[in-house]
Amino acid sequence: MSDSPPLLELRNLTKSFGSVQALTDVDLEVRSGEVTALVGDNGAGKSTLIKCIAGTHSPDSGEILFEGRSVHIHTPKDASRLGIEVVYQDLALCDNLDVVQNVYLGREVNRFQILNEAAMEQTTSATLKSLAVTTIRSVRQPVATLSGGQRQSVAVAKAVQWNSKLVILDEPTAALGVAQTEQVLALVRRLGEQGLAVILISHNLHDIFETADRIMVLRLGRNVGSFDRRTTTQQAVVEAITAGVPTKVAGITQSTEPPA
Amino acid sequence: MTSVDIVGPGAAPPPPEEEQLPAGVAGLYQRAWLNLRTGNLGPFPIIVGEIVVVLIFGFTATNFFTAVNFVNLITQTAGTAMLAYGVVYVLLLGEIDLSIGYLAGIGALIVAELQLPGSSWHMNGILAMLIAVAACALIGGVQGSIVAFVGVPSFVVTLGGFLIWQGVILNKLEQRGTIIIQDRWINYTDAYIFSHFAGYLIAAILTALYPISILYKLVVARGTQIAQQNWTVVGVKAVGIAIAAFGTVAIANHGKIITTAEGLPLAGVLIVIAFVVLTFLAKWTTFGRHVYAVGGNAEAARRAGISVPRIRVLVFMISGATAAMGGIIFAAQVNSVALTFPPGNLLLNAIASAVIGGVSLFGGRGEVRGALLGAVLIGTLQNGLNTLNVSNGWIYIITGLVLLGAVTLDTFARRLQARSGR
Repeated sequence: MSDSPPLLELRNLTKSFGSVQALTDVDLEVRSGEVTALVGDNGAGKSTLIKCIAGTHSPDSGEILFEGRSVHIHTPKDASRLGIEVVYQDLALCDNLDVVQNVYLGREVNRFQILNEAAMEQTTSATLKSLAVTTIRSVRQPVATLSGGQRQSVAVAKAVQWNSKLVILDEPTAALGVAQTEQVLALVRRLGEQGLAVILISHNLHDIFETADRIMVLRLGRNVGSFDRRTTTQQAVVEAITAGVPTKVAGITQSTEPPA
Repeated sequence: MTSVDIVGPGAAPPPPEEEQLPAGVAGLYQRAWLNLRTGNLGPFPIIVGEIVVVLIFGFTATNFFTAVNFVNLITQTAGTAMLAYGVVYVLLLGEIDLSIGYLAGIGALIVAELQLPGSSWHMNGILAMLIAVAACALIGGVQGSIVAFVGVPSFVVTLGGFLIWQGVILNKLEQRGTIIIQDRWINYTDAYIFSHFAGYLIAAILTALYPISILYKLVVARGTQIAQQNWTVVGVKAVGIAIAAFGTVAIANHGKIITTAEGLPLAGVLIVIAFVVLTFLAKWTTFGRHVYAVGGNAEAARRAGISVPRIRVLVFMISGATAAMGGIIFAAQVNSVALTFPPGNLLLNAIASAVIGGVSLFGGRGEVRGALLGAVLIGTLQNGLNTLNVSNGWIYIITGLVLLGAVTLDTFARRLQARSGR
C-alpha cells in the first residue's frame, strides 16, 4: 500500500510463560489508515501479542517501534499515552451508566472534581457522529438498553475519543448477529478510512476479507504469513492458519512473502 | 474539544432522530404514561405508599394526624435516615455493612464519654461530635481496607465489626450503666427548635437549591447543543419541593416535642443537609461517578484507571461517618447512652429503608433520595402503628410485609423495563 514507515513495528518479539513459548521472533507492521487483521487458530499467540502491545505483558526480548522510535510499554497507561487503545472482547462497559458516562469513565471532564456533563455529552455526540453511529437514540441511555452492535460502537467511541492512533479490536463480532456484524465491520472500515491504524483480531475469515487491508497469520507463536487482502484468497489464508510454515527461521534472513 | 476530529469528507451523517415528546403539560402526561408502561416508576410507588399510610393512620389513629406527632416523626426518622444514607453508598458498590448499628452506638458512646463533666478530657460538645464522627469514619476505613486490600467479603468483615463493636459497648456500659448526656450542643442535634421565621427561611433556602442547580446546568451547557430541560418536569419538581419544605415547616410550627417551643427540630434540618451533600457527592462529582462505575462493573472501572480499592475504602468511611451521626441523634433523643443502644432494629431498619427506596443489593443502582423516602415510610408506619397501640410483634411483621411488597414491585418494574428495552 503506502511506502510511509509503519506506525507500529514489532521486531523479533519473543515471550514465554515458564516452559511455554507463546511468541517466537514475531514481526508485525501496522500502518496508519490500514486495517491489519491478526488471525490464527486458538493458542496461536494472538492474545499474547496484543497484550504485549497494550502493556499487559512485557515481551522477553525483541523490539517495539512506535512512529519509528523504540518504545517500552510496561503498563496499559504507557500504551494509552502513546495513543494505543484496546477494545477487549468483553467491552468493559458499565451497564448501569449511560453512553456519555461510559465513554468518559475514569477521565471525566471536571473542575474541582465537579463533573462538566455538558462538555462530555457534546463531545460524545460528536464522536459518535464522526463514526457515523446513528442507531443510538440518545447518549443519555444506559448502556444496558443497547444492542450488541451498539455496545461495540460505544466501546470503540471510548477508544478513539482520546487522540488514539492505534485501535486494537479483539473479536469485535464474536457475539453478534448478521446485521449487527455488518454495522460493526462498517465501523472498523471507517476507522481505517479516517486515518487510524487498526488491528483486528478475528476468527471469522468473512469478516477479515470484508475489512482488512493486510492479513497477518500466526501459528504456534510464529509468523507464518503476511498477505495483502486484494491479492490473496481465503484458501491461502486458511492453509497458513492450519499448516503454515514459519516465514523465518533463526539464522535465515526474512522472506517477505509466504510460500504460495 | 478534546476529541480527535476524524470526520472524513462527507462522512457526517444526519443527526439521529430523537424521539421527541411534546413540550408542556401534554408532554408531561405522555412522559408519565411512557414511564408507567415501561416500568420506569422512580420514586412514585413509595410516595404513593407514604400517602396511603398517612391517610390510613389519619383516619384510624386519633393522635397520629397531629402537629406534635409530626415533629415526633421527624426526630424518630432522622437517625435511621442518616444511617440509611451510608447504606446507599455501600449498596451502590454491591457491598454490605452490618456494623453500622453498633458503630452508631460507638459514635454515641464516644460523644457521651467526651462530654462527661468532671472527667479529665471533658470538652465542648461540638468538638466531641466531630471526634466521634471522625473516629467512626476511621473504623469504617479500616473495615473497608480489609475488604478492599485483603479481599475478605464485606459481609464477613462487617459481621466481625458487628460483634466487636457490640462487645466494646457491652464492656463499657456493663460497669458504668447509663451515661447521661448533659451537653446542650449534643442534645440540640435532636431537639433544637428553630423559631417560626427561621424555619421558613430554611424552607426557602432548600426550595431555592433545585432551581439553582438547574440554572447552573444551563450556564455550563450554554453554547452547546445538548438535550434541553423539560421545563414542565422542572416546574413540577420545583413546586413539589417547595410544598414539601414549606408544608413541613408550617406543620412543625404548630407542634412541640419535649421542649417548650413549637417549631422545626434541628434533626429534620440535619437529615436534609446530609441528603443534599450526599446527593451532590453521588451525582455531581467524579467520586460519585466512580462509585456507580465500581458497583456496575468493577473490572471495567479498574481498566478505566479508577482505583477500585480507594473507592471501596472511602465508601466504608462514609458509612462509618453517617452511622456515627445517626447514633448521636439517637443518643440526643434520650439524652443518654445505655446498654439498650442502638434502639430497636436500627441496622435492619436502615438497610430496609434503602432497599424500599429502590437501591439494588447488587450494586450500581439506586439513589440517596431512596433512603430518605424509605426511612420516612418505615418511620411513618412504625409511628402510626405505635399510636394505634399495635404490639411490637405486629409492627415487625407489617414492616417486613411492606419491605417484601416494595422489593417485589421493584423487581416487576425492572422486568418490565428490561422487556421494553430501557
